Amino acid sequence: MEKSRSIIWGKNRFYGVALALLALVLVPFFLSDFLVVFATEMLIMVLFALSFNLLFGYTGLLSFGHAAYFSIGAYGTGLFLSRVSPSLLLAFLIGIVFSFIVAFLIGYFCVRLDEIYFAMLTLAFGMMVHAILWKWDSLTGGADGLVGIPRPKFSILLATIEFSSIPGYYYLTLVVVGICVFILWRVSRSPFGLVLKSIRENHERVEFLGIAMRRYRLGAFVISGTFCGVAGALFAPFERSIAPDISFWTKSAEPVFMSLLGGTKVFFGPAVGASLFMYLREIISGYTELWMIYLGAILIAFVIFLPGGILGFISDKLNAGRRGT
Amino acid sequence: MEPILQTQNLTKSFGHLMAVNRVSLDFKEGELTSIIGPNGAGKTTLFNLISGKTKASAGKIRFKGDDITKLAPYEIVRKGIGRIFQITNLFPELTVYENVRVPVLARKRETSRLLSLDRSLRDVNEETSRILGLIGLSEKSDITCNALSHGDQRLVETGVALALEPVLLLLDEPTGGMGPEETDEMVKFVRGLNENRNITIILVEHDMRVVFSISDRIIVMHSGGVIADGKPDEIQADERVKEAYLGR
Repeated sequence: MEKSRSIIWGKNRFYGVALALLALVLVPFFLSDFLVVFATEMLIMVLFALSFNLLFGYTGLLSFGHAAYFSIGAYGTGLFLSRVSPSLLLAFLIGIVFSFIVAFLIGYFCVRLDEIYFAMLTLAFGMMVHAILWKWDSLTGGADGLVGIPRPKFSILLATIEFSSIPGYYYLTLVVVGICVFILWRVSRSPFGLVLKSIRENHERVEFLGIAMRRYRLGAFVISGTFCGVAGALFAPFERSIAPDISFWTKSAEPVFMSLLGGTKVFFGPAVGASLFMYLREIISGYTELWMIYLGAILIAFVIFLPGGILGFISDKLNAGRRGT
Repeated sequence: MEPILQTQNLTKSFGHLMAVNRVSLDFKEGELTSIIGPNGAGKTTLFNLISGKTKASAGKIRFKGDDITKLAPYEIVRKGIGRIFQITNLFPELTVYENVRVPVLARKRETSRLLSLDRSLRDVNEETSRILGLIGLSEKSDITCNALSHGDQRLVETGVALALEPVLLLLDEPTGGMGPEETDEMVKFVRGLNENRNITIILVEHDMRVVFSISDRIIVMHSGGVIADGKPDEIQADERVKEAYLGR
């Protein structure tokens, strides 16, 4: 009985994912350019939030410096496109490899610490990255940042795909984000992912099961930082101009809010949180410059009344229904 | 026969306090040893030293002849020394199944698989289910541990001990907080590990009825040092022990 129910549940989920994908593919056909641009940014932020949550929700480590990997990915890609070569593929690779290296170097030191000490160290490193991007005028353009990043054609063998159009870049983002989310989802369901969850639950005990706990923390840190770098890499040619504010600590707070809003212990929670966060910000900032006050109030209400986030709440209800209680 | 575990002048000081003071002990393979002593005698610190949780101030620990004094806890576990904790120390929001699965994955060295779906590892699945059957919690495998009764949580702990397949098992107050029936079950379980699986066992225990019925050997600690060491009847007859500890 229990088993057949879980199969139905699994089938429902499959249809759910298929339906969501179909809807995402159809977006450019039905929505205005303005909304397609908005949807592209939303997808990028979904990837940012989901990769952040591998460290936060799964491993139990709250990083306050994830804007660093996002902006390294963005600057790496942007610099390569505007100064070296207009090859999108190479530019993405450069951005991603740089964020991987930086995540490894910073993570190496951070994973030795727990809780608030970990959070503070990630914040400190994040501010260092911000200072470098802001002050290194000759390379990064300083406070002005990079302006006029090209959004070139993408050629594989004989086929050339046009990404300079709004729908073109939307589809590129959809494919890249889709692949990354699938990889992150597999990681969360792997033996490695289970070890991450057990570290979150009781990191001291994990060592006494014969597991080199810190290496797994570092692994989670690097994977998380690298995928944030992918989000940043997509962001640079999307925005066409980037400034150091994308590495400021307030940017690091965004995936924290998104994850809490959507639910940190359900894989797709931060995706829902990111979408809602961006939607609310867009709506509220259309009415008032003080949108942060309203958004803040909404977030406080969520944290107090729905501590598991939106998806956490829904999945608790569903599980309770399945157990018949 | 060479001792399986050996401490040589093992010392741990916290400031001026000598928690463990020049302790030299040999443990024979297959033996079931209990360590007793009043609170603050240094029993738990000795366990922490052997399992690598705290580092020794001086002295050495050898396991099967290898120096393990400076190894990290996970390396010590991989050598075959398992430890079950005093306070129930599980992964509260993970299910019973996952709590037993993690040590199985660790022993089979499968924990670094990044992209394979966890449920696809057949031998790990079978081993996990087998252990759940042994501890009698197959029916409760999908329940999270924080929803279990205290007794069932102790059962999960024993499942973890089985999953690790240790050569030497350190048990920290295995019957702590248990009623008489649960205590008898636990005694039977520990004896089974020792006799049927030939696991060398060292336990810290306060229940003297358990200690004197189960042990091949009893070590009495007091203020960081060993004041008596022998068979249960020798310890019962020892004048110093009566004076310092049993209070008779």
